[in-house]
Amino acid sequence: MRRRAFLKLTGTAGIVAAHRAPAFAQGTRLHIVRWVDFIPACDVELKKQAGEASKALGADVQFEFINANDLQPRITAAIQSQSGADIIHMLHNWPHLYENGLVDVSDLAEWQAKEQGGFYPQSEAYTKVNGRFMALPHSIVPGLVAYRKSWFDEIGVTTFPKTYDDLRTVGAKLKKKGHPYGQTLGHTFGDAPAWAYPLLWNFGGAETDRSGKTAIESKGSAEAVKFMTAFWKDACDEGGLAWDDTNNNRAFLAGEICATLNGASIYIAAKRGQDKIKDERGEPLVRDIQHARLPAGPAGSWSYHTAFAHGVMKYSKNPKLAKDFLKWFHGTGPFGRWFEVAEGFSVGATKQWERHALWNSIDPPMKGFRTAPDNSRTMGFAGPPSAKATEVYSKYVIVDMLAKGVQGASPEEAVRWAAGELRKIYGA
Amino acid sequence: MKKPIAGGSATRVEVAVARPQASSRPQRPGLLENERVLAGVLLTPTVVLLGMFIAYPFVMGVWLALSSTSVGNPGQFVGLKNFVKAWNDSIFRTAFWNTCWYTGWATIFKLSLGMWLAILLNRNFRGKRLVRASMLLPFIIPTVLSTFAWRWMFDPTFSVLNWLLYRGGFIVNKLPFLSDGTYGLWCAIAVNTWRGMPFFAISLLAGLQTINPDLHEAASLDGANAWHRFWHVTWPLLKPVTLVVVVFSIIQTFSDFQLIYVLTGGGPANSTHLIATYAYQIGVATGLLGEGAAISLFMLPVLFVVVWLQLRYLRRLEGA
Repeated sequence: MRRRAFLKLTGTAGIVAAHRAPAFAQGTRLHIVRWVDFIPACDVELKKQAGEASKALGADVQFEFINANDLQPRITAAIQSQSGADIIHMLHNWPHLYENGLVDVSDLAEWQAKEQGGFYPQSEAYTKVNGRFMALPHSIVPGLVAYRKSWFDEIGVTTFPKTYDDLRTVGAKLKKKGHPYGQTLGHTFGDAPAWAYPLLWNFGGAETDRSGKTAIESKGSAEAVKFMTAFWKDACDEGGLAWDDTNNNRAFLAGEICATLNGASIYIAAKRGQDKIKDERGEPLVRDIQHARLPAGPAGSWSYHTAFAHGVMKYSKNPKLAKDFLKWFHGTGPFGRWFEVAEGFSVGATKQWERHALWNSIDPPMKGFRTAPDNSRTMGFAGPPSAKATEVYSKYVIVDMLAKGVQGASPEEAVRWAAGELRKIYGA
Repeated sequence: MKKPIAGGSATRVEVAVARPQASSRPQRPGLLENERVLAGVLLTPTVVLLGMFIAYPFVMGVWLALSSTSVGNPGQFVGLKNFVKAWNDSIFRTAFWNTCWYTGWATIFKLSLGMWLAILLNRNFRGKRLVRASMLLPFIIPTVLSTFAWRWMFDPTFSVLNWLLYRGGFIVNKLPFLSDGTYGLWCAIAVNTWRGMPFFAISLLAGLQTINPDLHEAASLDGANAWHRFWHVTWPLLKPVTLVVVVFSIIQTFSDFQLIYVLTGGGPANSTHLIATYAYQIGVATGLLGEGAAISLFMLPVLFVVVWLQLRYLRRLEGA
């Protein structure tokens, strides 16, 4: 791409008008911290884009990639010491917790929403704090259940179970054949809450009521724990209590589990490594992978899809440069190229990306990811995704409630424990 | 001034000798000649370093523990509220108990195995130096790195230990090394023992080498067997070293963080948290800095008592 076309595409009109990079002091550095992507090629693409952005903005743009589970400690340390990266990756509803350490980017959010067809509700709710966007929505990693078609076919199940009870029955049969269901209930950022929260909602439980008061002590919550306990024993790989977000990927690709809730990274890794990653018949494993939405419970079939955003840190000495960069980085050009590399693992935070040409040529098992974010609720439901809801997430209260049941506590005990923890946080 | 230094009139040699200045004008005593000033100057770097890296963080920690500070919010003075909250927190109580359990058992294992190893290494055999050097490997490797290796060995799905036990016909189902709280804590104790035992062994070996062999020889001549020689000769002379090593180890183990953080992350469901990892989870990961600081300060009285008892005992030994 020619430089002129690149600048035009990215909308940096001021730069074009001036025919030179903006007047940031020579040697100005912009430091961005993001998670290590589950699609390694995405981070390679970002490093390439860092070079392009450096030229366009006249500053030294540098990405640093760290384990997603280390992001929150990094943010806390940065805000308290008032030093560190200029822009940090924000997952879930973290902007609510870190509001005081972030720069208002409402102007950019308005521009992005207008240009790209409006945000998904969870992306907006997670970044809009007290009427101001405290981070700029970037993408969503939808979670669907990846499963082994042939193993389900072998027991006469040709479509993925539609209800949790059916999943338990099918999972029990598969576990007996040595193919358990894989699910983490560990303290890990993505897969654990993406399973635990919808399970609670789909059985009729809720963290809070609409006014934000603790509402977890309900029949629905107890039913969710009851299901989890039975499902764990009958159908799951019981090592999952110690898994992080990477274990289920490895277990699936090694043929150890029949299904797991995950982003598309399992499929994409199997596809890109199809010469090496084979099933027990010696065929590329990727041909045996299908995806399905989470099953329904008595109260619905909600999912939880992890939303990602970028926050400009208030202590940054270059807030203008940081915002200019985000406008460039979230623009259709750079984002589009990154989106194509992600191959459906990450989708846009705005609805425009549902219409991208990528979806016309993508493999059939991947098509479900296009509109997956449309049924996501937010943490804190039925109340708002407030800072207190972030605290509940950070302490893994909902995940641990299920884990306690699995470890032998009665459903009522587990729910009572969670209610006590929530009352300490919400105060009521 | 030139002055003759050799006698004899034929071979007089003259050398230059500096003229004493004092004789011409009185010398003012240098500032550093004053003992008080010199002591102050010599102590200043230590005081500054201690102040910056020990006193300031400690005072800040105490202040944070008494405040409602959270990430991005300076907070207000709340008295002992954070301590009361921590004490009423079931996870904190589990973490406190785990810390005592973990420290107690790990110290017992490190002491017994370290003593055994030190006695073995105190003998003469071929390749002694190589064995002594290789024994230090667990202690030299960065904890995070070695714990990652252990984590792989305990992996819920791909554990090589489970594989070996299964292939050897010892187990039918996988052992839940890290997916069960009790197993997880014992795994952590095993890894801590593996890592900390060389410190005990090498320190006790140094102590053993200061014991005069004549004492053992004399005891042998008096008919003492190996156990009697150990109990009546080696142990009394090794006790002061052992005590110092044990106390250092208790302090390090009680405040251990990295091993649990990497191995179990405090899970499953908070069942393997130690005080340090739980303080980190609350203070740094969740951003509740005041509560996190209060949790970590619970370590202080326990360690204070341990150090006080040690000092008291050592003083008594010196006096005996």
